[in-house]
Amino acid sequence: MTDRDQNAVKIEALIEPFNKKGVAVTEATRFAQDLEWDSLTVMDFVASVEDEFDILISMNRAAEIETVEQLIDAVGQLQSER
Amino acid sequence: MNDLFSKFDPVIALRESLLESGMTDPFNLVMEKVESPTVAICNGKRTILLGTYNYMGMTFDPDVIAAGKKALDEFGSGTTGSRVLNGTYSGHRECEEALKDFYAMDHAMVFSTGYQANLGIISTLAGKDDYIVLDIDSHASIYDGCALGKAQIVPFRHNDIEAMEKRLKRIPEGDGKLVVLEGVYSMLGDVAPLKEMVRVAKDNGAMVLVDEAHSMGFIGENGRGVAEAQGVIDDVDFIIGTFSKSVGTVGGFCVSNHPKFEILRLVCRPYVFTASLPPSVVATAATSIRKLMYSADKRAHLWENSKRLHAGLKQLGFKLGTDEPQSAIIAVLMPDLEAGAAMWEALLNEGLYVNLARPPATPANMTLLRCSLCALHTEEQVGEILGMFAAAGRATGCIS
Repeated sequence: MTDRDQNAVKIEALIEPFNKKGVAVTEATRFAQDLEWDSLTVMDFVASVEDEFDILISMNRAAEIETVEQLIDAVGQLQSER
Repeated sequence: MNDLFSKFDPVIALRESLLESGMTDPFNLVMEKVESPTVAICNGKRTILLGTYNYMGMTFDPDVIAAGKKALDEFGSGTTGSRVLNGTYSGHRECEEALKDFYAMDHAMVFSTGYQANLGIISTLAGKDDYIVLDIDSHASIYDGCALGKAQIVPFRHNDIEAMEKRLKRIPEGDGKLVVLEGVYSMLGDVAPLKEMVRVAKDNGAMVLVDEAHSMGFIGENGRGVAEAQGVIDDVDFIIGTFSKSVGTVGGFCVSNHPKFEILRLVCRPYVFTASLPPSVVATAATSIRKLMYSADKRAHLWENSKRLHAGLKQLGFKLGTDEPQSAIIAVLMPDLEAGAAMWEALLNEGLYVNLARPPATPANMTLLRCSLCALHTEEQVGEILGMFAAAGRATGCIS
């Protein structure tokens, strides 16, 4: 598995506790439209991603992330910037 | 043509469905006459006011009124200019002196509204390479200040010290950090754990700004707010406040001990590019602030009112925003907007005005009936208020 694949597996596992609608998650899944997350849920989820990868995702950065794919890429980028 | 108003269609639909049911519009109330800080005439009916921010009841204080009239006579109706050009009269300076004395701080800067104080100070302090760590339930003016300055926003769960610390520690070394907190959060009326949060902020090299809009005048020994009450006011870099609550007029301010503070007058755009407050407003504000320094009896009575209303509403079976009264705001939790609007209208018919608060202003999509007490509510009025809540609650089925 590449680093990206490993991150993808971890992120999909982090989504599950917040996936109250039981949506089948793929990289194309959108957080707002498909998972129907509100701002509070987004904040809690972002915090769990930060804890898992030891990175900081500002609200400005999070606002640009719409899909699971974009999040996986953003996490990879933030890890490399560290 | 693409109608730029289309994005408001969901709000328009929600509003129409509420009004179609024959309900009085909760966001369109007109007060025909205001008799005192606690009583107005609404729809021809005597109404007790329990939804204003007139915490200390200063709006009809004879000294305050006299100061305003005198300034109106001597300095005219307005300044027609910016604070940095022709808009600073002796009254503006006296108002800033009163604030410095009230807070025992070195610097004070008066803005035209409280909203502009947050907008101006936050956007000027933190730019696009700086980080602002804030409570997710922060007031709109705080978020707008972050957006205006293009700062990196890092929110944490409401009043969660550990979450705040964790996110603060992840900010890259050497980057600018501002922690923004509120003393009292106005929706539920709960107080922030400033003692711990200010310590955590300082331990991590951040500057701290505390918005004390809803605590000025009655929380803390000298009414300086929650930071004073919790003993950390000396570690707070900036306090933001407003004249439109306890002070009883309109305007906003920032006080600070930072040695370079005065430069903000030249670089803070919401301070520079707007007209200054009218002379009558700064005169009423200065008089009111000086009187608030010596209002220990009123502070004590306001706390009595808050405790009694909280206990009474709890006993009636209402769900409240806090287990104990923490401020002059008591939030009654409603199951949904329809029930909230019905209860609001029933209370108005009883002769009581409270604030109906709904998303997106409220946390976690709650609908609230927000009660804010005044130091001039009498014991009898608090009794009347509880009677009205009992009657309206039973009529609408909110309580049994």
